[in-house]
Amino acid sequence: MNFEEHAGKAVLRGAGLPVPQGRVCHSPEEAAETARAIGPVVVKAQVPTGKRGKSGGVKLVDTPEAAADAARAILGMDINGHKVGKVLVEEKAGIAREFYAAVLLDTANRSPLVLFSTEGGMEIEEVAASRPDALKRLNVDSTKGFSEADAKALIQGLDLGDAADQVAAMLAGLYKVWEQRDAELVEVNPLALLSDGRVVALDCKLTVDDSSLYRQTDIAPQGAEEPMTALEKRGKDAGLKYIELDGNVGVLANGAGLTMTTMDVIQRFGGRPANFLEIGGEAYTKGTEALSLVLSNPGVKALVVNFCGAFARTDVMAQGVINAWKELKPTLPVFFSIHGTGEEEAIRLVRQELGIEPFDLMEDAVRHAVEAAQ
Amino acid sequence: MSTAPLIVRKDTRVLVQGITGKQGTFWTEQMQACGTKVVGGVNPKKAGTTHCGVPIFATAKDAMKEAPFDASVMFIPPAMALDAATDAIDAGARLLVVLTEHIPARDVMTLLNHAKANGTRVVGPNTAGLVTPGEGFIGIMPAFNPLVFKPGRIGVISRSGSLGTLVSLNIVRAGYGQSAFLGIGGDPMIGTTTRDALQALADDPGTDAIVLVGEIGGGMEEDAAELAATIKKPVVSFIAGYAAPAGKKMGHAGAIVTGDRGSYAGKRTALEKAGVRVVDTPGEIGQALADALA
Repeated sequence: MNFEEHAGKAVLRGAGLPVPQGRVCHSPEEAAETARAIGPVVVKAQVPTGKRGKSGGVKLVDTPEAAADAARAILGMDINGHKVGKVLVEEKAGIAREFYAAVLLDTANRSPLVLFSTEGGMEIEEVAASRPDALKRLNVDSTKGFSEADAKALIQGLDLGDAADQVAAMLAGLYKVWEQRDAELVEVNPLALLSDGRVVALDCKLTVDDSSLYRQTDIAPQGAEEPMTALEKRGKDAGLKYIELDGNVGVLANGAGLTMTTMDVIQRFGGRPANFLEIGGEAYTKGTEALSLVLSNPGVKALVVNFCGAFARTDVMAQGVINAWKELKPTLPVFFSIHGTGEEEAIRLVRQELGIEPFDLMEDAVRHAVEAAQ
Repeated sequence: MSTAPLIVRKDTRVLVQGITGKQGTFWTEQMQACGTKVVGGVNPKKAGTTHCGVPIFATAKDAMKEAPFDASVMFIPPAMALDAATDAIDAGARLLVVLTEHIPARDVMTLLNHAKANGTRVVGPNTAGLVTPGEGFIGIMPAFNPLVFKPGRIGVISRSGSLGTLVSLNIVRAGYGQSAFLGIGGDPMIGTTTRDALQALADDPGTDAIVLVGEIGGGMEEDAAELAATIKKPVVSFIAGYAAPAGKKMGHAGAIVTGDRGSYAGKRTALEKAGVRVVDTPGEIGQALADALA
């Protein structure tokens, strides 16, 4: 789950890390009021995506009137497919230097990775390529942790002057946030040294591991909603992984691998998959809601039901589809292929209840569906 | 990395953690019916009783004393998975099969590092398990279905259980059987990688050819391709995700394409450069094997 800047900064503030003074505003009036209280401000679009500055979503202003104008211009903007519904109005800080700091889960090395660079404001991939000497990285032994002393050792040799202690404290603090908040990534870019000598997080990108949200219940409600279509939202509410696509052949399969493969074969045979939807794992009893979802996409002209049961029992999944079919009474053609756990009963049910003969090969089921959809 | 064997044998002694639940019971019965040597189960509340004909212990450590085991398989929900895995590792399990999906990533990291430090080989998380037709299986695969699994000389590696089932079915349909099915799991961070599994099959005298079933996301197939270039046995591959749109998680958390990394094209190119025959659909695997073994 991604957190917008203001929500990420709230987590940093909660961990005792320095962030600029500011407030989330939903209207030009609120923005003006905030500027009146703070002074010169920066008005920043709050959307869970990068490149806000390049899209015109960040404006520096000196007066309350200008803050209102900036908010008016930014609210309602579309940035990378995200509609801006709120802005963060923050004190405009005098910046002396910009750094980069991040802690992320390095899945390849199975350890947290701490990154620091004296080149802030740039994409870290660019820094790694063009200024490798400016980038410090450390894979941390998570059983030992990462202290302020460890941070000082990491940044030793970089020309940070009086700011070194504050930078070290920030790095150790970000590590704690990574650990305590089950973050996949916590990134501060830029981490700024202000002209008054303070080191503060001017931006924050926080991504929390979805599988850990059950134990991050205090911050989870502040996470950003993924941009979803109405059908995708319905799928999510029903506990199903559904992705709507612009195609003509609906897909109902179990397991991520088999579902992707069904989509692949549809495309190989000249059709276009209309969705990703898998009902494997714990979701295998949700056949009824799943079918109803697939059929709700108006682009669907034919349907492939492809089951290969391992954990998921094909007889249970088939019964769900049959129930939904009888209830929804769709008129479009459907093509089955069923194998694995419970297949004899599943095939018998489909024959008996729907009068349809499943195909032995999934390729044959898909080929017929692609032809029928044209 | 642990040197513990990855291929299940008749004499592999298996402990089932979470044996008394509905799924634990169902799959323990299936494992037993396929000849798997299940020696005990764990449920702290039912220690001292018998379930599925085997003794139940409070912990894996207790089980190791009374009913020594080589491998443990976990039917344990995500929030309790780290504790259960730690128990099995500390008990001295050589092989730990973690079926659970949606374990917090930080717990997976801790689990894998603890296992490595103690010489335990982990398969998964989020795996459907390991099958050796005619000998036994550990996990949630339809090993009992003769249309899917039959003793033979083809080794199969798959991140996905459902797709692994389909591919296994195609292998049997083409007149072959499997020396081993190695389900390695759909998570982005797993204990036994595609490359590790490929090495195990390359070293297995019962395996003549290998079917590598991959999917988009991560760099495991690219990594395995380096090894594939050096082994003598033919490798045939199918990679899922040709039609997947970029940037979307396709069910498996590991199956996400970001930038160039993890893309279908990148994986296919890496494997083909290593001399691996990559097929367009699972139905072509039989013919590809026939060509490779001719």
